[in-house]
Amino acid sequence: MERGSVCVSGRRWSSGSKRVHVFQMVQDPTQFDVLVMPNLYGDILSDLCAGLIGGLGVTPSGNIGANGVAIFESVHGTAPDIAGMDLANPTALLLSAVMMLRHMGLHGHAARIQTACFDTIREKKVLTKDLGGSSKCSEFTAEICRRVQDLD
Amino acid sequence: MSPASKNHEEEEEEEEEAMAAALRGTLVTLAKGLGGARLHQLASRPLSVSASLCGAESPPARADGTFKVTMVPGDGVGPELMTAVKDVFKAADIPVEFEEFHLSEVQNMASEEKLEQVLTSMKNNRVAIKGKIHTPMEFKGELASYEMKLRRELDLFANVVHVNSLPGYNTRHNNLDLVIIREQTEGEYSSLEHESVPGVIECLKIITRVKSRRIAKFAFDYATKKGRNKVTAVHKANIMKLGDGLFLQSCAEVAELYPKIKYETIIIDNCCMQLVQNPYQFDVLVMPNLYGNIIDNLAAGLVGGAGVVPGESYSAEYVVFETGARHPFAQAVGRNIANPTAMLLSAANMLRHLNLEYHSQMVSEAVKRVIKQGKVRTRDLGGYCTTGDFVHAVVENLRHRPVQ
Repeated sequence: MERGSVCVSGRRWSSGSKRVHVFQMVQDPTQFDVLVMPNLYGDILSDLCAGLIGGLGVTPSGNIGANGVAIFESVHGTAPDIAGMDLANPTALLLSAVMMLRHMGLHGHAARIQTACFDTIREKKVLTKDLGGSSKCSEFTAEICRRVQDLD
Repeated sequence: MSPASKNHEEEEEEEEEAMAAALRGTLVTLAKGLGGARLHQLASRPLSVSASLCGAESPPARADGTFKVTMVPGDGVGPELMTAVKDVFKAADIPVEFEEFHLSEVQNMASEEKLEQVLTSMKNNRVAIKGKIHTPMEFKGELASYEMKLRRELDLFANVVHVNSLPGYNTRHNNLDLVIIREQTEGEYSSLEHESVPGVIECLKIITRVKSRRIAKFAFDYATKKGRNKVTAVHKANIMKLGDGLFLQSCAEVAELYPKIKYETIIIDNCCMQLVQNPYQFDVLVMPNLYGNIIDNLAAGLVGGAGVVPGESYSAEYVVFETGARHPFAQAVGRNIANPTAMLLSAANMLRHLNLEYHSQMVSEAVKRVIKQGKVRTRDLGGYCTTGDFVHAVVENLRHRPVQ
């Protein structure tokens, strides 16, 4: 099973060393497209990049195996300190589910849910605590549901 | 050698001996070195610690002797950066003489004799300044690169990278002040690889208790000396339970000897994420080889890139000054665009090590002033100036320019 990334872009950095990528990643990550790497580096780099986009609460991932077997999961932990209090940010798992829909070929549904989720975050009216808002998980979810229905 | 420089040598040797003794585990000797003998010396001669605390306002009496330092320009933009250092030193009339050696694997200027010459020179002078000796990607029959050989022969076990934000150059996170300490002689870079079965390579990562304890002790001693509050050990012991587990255990054991310094641990992937989101939570970081390599570069990216971060490598007897993030930057060779800030700041650190505190501050202040003014900046910092322009600006800004 491999985590996340898929194939290497055949550009001049394809022969560069890993070290060059790390500091370039921090300074200007837009120069990269797709990266492929062995286990340990992937572990490190995926967390690094999660930090660049807003943290583990918004980062989706998928584990792809042979014969179409796949497991999609968020990369954050179980957060026992906020469990059961309706405070968690569901974005990571939701976007992982979107990846799953794409893997299954349900691109229409995937696009709608992703758009709804991104629009909700962009509006900044209903955000969970980790994104700087004060809404509950259920409120955030309800807002996304409303948008998905509007998009239909 | 004149009496003045000989005294400096003696003091240096004493300092290094104290460190070596400490590393052998004799805390008593270290305490004595820092307490008793030192206090007597404080009265007669400024030490680097006390000197940095009170600061030198006027140039010291001109010593007749100069310090000899080994210089290895290396590959890529190394030679250009060394020229920058030499130009600034000449303009500031700094009593340092460089012994140059051109050692390079990619330019076929490397051989065992050359390496021996460099090692002999470094062992005599004890202080060196160098650029990166590029390791070619192709496997030429030897797993250990010349860089690794140098490090092993001189036992440069500790690599220290100073991650300081430059005033006047804004990045996402400003006012950073981190120190990254990396074990440099073992770990993933042990150069022990073999193909047991065609298509299956085994690469051995070696972690030893002795070396882990040594680097941990170095980190805590460094933190104590520089007045730092916290040391964080970076590891992946949840996966590499025995290897990184031993590293962590050694760090914890050493931490108990320093009750005044807070000790924490963090897993490497979480560490990378925290560094990009909130680097202020860290103070001094200590880690094995590969993680150090990655974190050095990451931290360099946080404050402005490979061109602005100085670093040095220590052994019990020698020290080598270089840039923090080590890249030959081959694309920039001959185009006069490389940023000499990192090398100049490292050279300033070298001067502080040689107890030339006044000159050290002069050089580093000049560099920082140029960057703060923002008029002369090299391409990596968003400007259009050449290396030569930058060096010229630094020379103009030197506080004390002897009138010949």
